[in-house]
Amino acid sequence: MANFDQELDASGLNCPLPILRAKKSLAGMSAGQVLHIIATDPGAVKDFEAFAKQTGNELMESKEEGGKFVFLIKKS
Amino acid sequence: MSNKKLAIIATKGTLDWGYPPFILASTGAALGYDVEIFFTFYGLQLLKRDMNVSVSPLGNPGMPMPMAMDKWFPVIGTAIPGMQSIMTAMMKQKMKSKGVASLDELRDLCLEAEVKMVACQMTVDLFDLDPRDFIEGVTFGGAATFFEFAGESDISLYI
Repeated sequence: MANFDQELDASGLNCPLPILRAKKSLAGMSAGQVLHIIATDPGAVKDFEAFAKQTGNELMESKEEGGKFVFLIKKS
Repeated sequence: MSNKKLAIIATKGTLDWGYPPFILASTGAALGYDVEIFFTFYGLQLLKRDMNVSVSPLGNPGMPMPMAMDKWFPVIGTAIPGMQSIMTAMMKQKMKSKGVASLDELRDLCLEAEVKMVACQMTVDLFDLDPRDFIEGVTFGGAATFFEFAGESDISLYI
């Protein structure tokens, strides 16, 4: 597990809340910092890929871990 | 580089149809789009401070009901007084249990993300709506106002 600067637990939240919460968390971070996100919405996997592609923030990691989806996003 | 733009026309004022405009607007804003929603006809209900919207099983054949009721429950039964509030309460309960945001929450997220909300002046007058019942930040305009933004937008949706 890579290091991260901030964590967001979006467990139990459904589309589009995980993305909106992540956006909000990233807004309060500085460039180069990493956000660790935990989600349970299976749709979040594709959505975070699309989010990263469109916002320019790097999706460093996306994996399933014990029935949850875990993401690492580096703020651009 | 200027931001991409998303223009939405919201025409429906029910609990179910209130979702698409607010979901797409808030997500678009999160992705860096400038977003404007033009609320017209029944869509204006979505701008009311007290957004008392419901969902009706009456004449709504595409609506899944609990226990597959839509398959065996007589259509006339959906017209029974009280059915609408029962279905609305059940829908809200279901959404809550699945972690779906409430309409109020999504609308707040839109406002926070500076989504521009425009109320159709003509329908406000037509239905004698009181602008004081609307949330703050709403502006008023007509079709030409919509085109001003939509004409430059990358995505334009009619919902």
